[in-house]
Amino acid sequence: MELSVLGQQASGCSNTSCGSTAAQTSALPEAVRAKVHNHPCYSEEAHHYYARMHVAVAPACNIQCNYCNRKYDCANESRPGVVSELLTPEQALAKVLAVGAHVPQMSVLGVAGPGDPLANPERTFATFRYIATHAPDIKLCLSTNGLTLPEHVEEIVALKVDHVTITINCVDPEVGAKIYPWIFWKHQRVRGRKAAEILIRQQQKGLEMLVERGVLVKVNSVMIPGVNDAHLQEVSRTVKAKGAFLHNVMPLISAPEHGTFFGLTGQRGPTPLELQALQDACGGDMNMMRHCRQCRADAVGLLGEDRGQEFTMDKVVTMEIDAVAAQAKRAAIASAIEAHRAASATPVEMDVPVATRPILVAVTSSGGGVINQHFGHAKEFLVYEASPAGVRFLGPRKVDAYCTGSASCDEEEDKMDLALRVLEGCEAVLSAKIGFAPWEKLEAAGITPNGAHAWEPIEAAVQEVYQDMALSGKLAPVPLRVGA
Amino acid sequence: MAYSITEKCVNCFACELVCPSRAITEAKPVFVISAAKCTECNGAFADPQCASICPVEGAILDGSGVVVNPPGSLTGIPTPLAS
Repeated sequence: MELSVLGQQASGCSNTSCGSTAAQTSALPEAVRAKVHNHPCYSEEAHHYYARMHVAVAPACNIQCNYCNRKYDCANESRPGVVSELLTPEQALAKVLAVGAHVPQMSVLGVAGPGDPLANPERTFATFRYIATHAPDIKLCLSTNGLTLPEHVEEIVALKVDHVTITINCVDPEVGAKIYPWIFWKHQRVRGRKAAEILIRQQQKGLEMLVERGVLVKVNSVMIPGVNDAHLQEVSRTVKAKGAFLHNVMPLISAPEHGTFFGLTGQRGPTPLELQALQDACGGDMNMMRHCRQCRADAVGLLGEDRGQEFTMDKVVTMEIDAVAAQAKRAAIASAIEAHRAASATPVEMDVPVATRPILVAVTSSGGGVINQHFGHAKEFLVYEASPAGVRFLGPRKVDAYCTGSASCDEEEDKMDLALRVLEGCEAVLSAKIGFAPWEKLEAAGITPNGAHAWEPIEAAVQEVYQDMALSGKLAPVPLRVGA
Repeated sequence: MAYSITEKCVNCFACELVCPSRAITEAKPVFVISAAKCTECNGAFADPQCASICPVEGAILDGSGVVVNPPGSLTGIPTPLAS
């Protein structure tokens, strides 16, 4: 079995182009790999090229999570459960066709909320039926808390929804009782441990039923320090045993101004290094996903960007769309992307002494797999690990996720402090350009700024920087650091 | 008597989807319960469905105008912290 190599420190292949990407998907059966090849959420490599959109057609929810506040609605917040505009299935179709014409890299449509898609089955499935009829090349996926999943499995299969994400934060009701205050079940509000028992049972049953029918299932878990962090390795083992093909451990996003139970009671989210350590610990068990951006339920575009404001309904209704021409254009763009991916898959050996210690390198990119973003414009850093075994992607670290409130959002000084905090553990930053002031602050913080690889492919550039640092003697072996 | 919806409603459709009497409709600024159609779920369910799925404290009033889900009852957030 190849599975065991995933996520280990010495894993990954020894060339740049395959790096994390192949390491992430190489353990998957061929049929699964083919299915996720152009899905930005499930293939780390694909997310550099292909775009996705979520349509907010599912407002109702049937459970309460302690990290969610149903009152929240903000155009500037980027996290799950937040949307600006609720759509009918007909509006959703118009929006999908508009985005599909203007963003020809679009390959996937998801229904993710802002409530639970399966608590709004009529709206969710009507939307899927429209898309299947009018834009049949677009893949469909949905994300659910799993409570009513078993009763909807047949319809999911019938509509050829080939990817389902279930958010599973626990398999132990004692843990669940600390995350879910109540669920709506069989016409009653059920609370506490009993609610968690029912939710867990339904989630596991739904997972099994989907896997049996050949639907790809990803499991999302929110890492809540002190609540389920120690438990998530067991969750990972359990869902893998039942056939989930990816496990995505995401950090809790928690601040008092979100008005959530966790936010208001001071529950903190994990630090980037805590998250990475847990992802590594779970990664030994199964395929992990490191590139998740925790999108809004109405996100549009490449992961990490959100072009939703370009496609509000008032703008969509004024757009003239030729759906047939748009589909042809998407096919042409997909061919070009695939040609580019095939051509850039040229392996280069990592050239450093075997005892060179691994380091973390942060990169700023606005997409396309190249270093093409100014340091000061970065809303997130892509963190890579470089080691003698190769370069592997560890995940994005959001800068705005640490934003402490609108009053301080625009302060350059604060942004730099936030960036430095987010860059904890990184030893180099590669950007298209880095200004003088941040350059000095990065150096003072012991992080090497580097603007010499603008517009180069990320993994090749990270490898080159690592090799240069090794050559200049900066990376003498420090055996204890591995796994820190 | 009939249940009713206050301005705290966030228009999430959850109650509309589960009402056995189809008494709830989308409206501006918030959803409304038709007093003529609402049966308080008598004879249908043990608990009024709208009040059993509503995620927002203070958004549903019972037939006597009393808040069914008071502050803290759904989120567990201690009242001094809740807004």
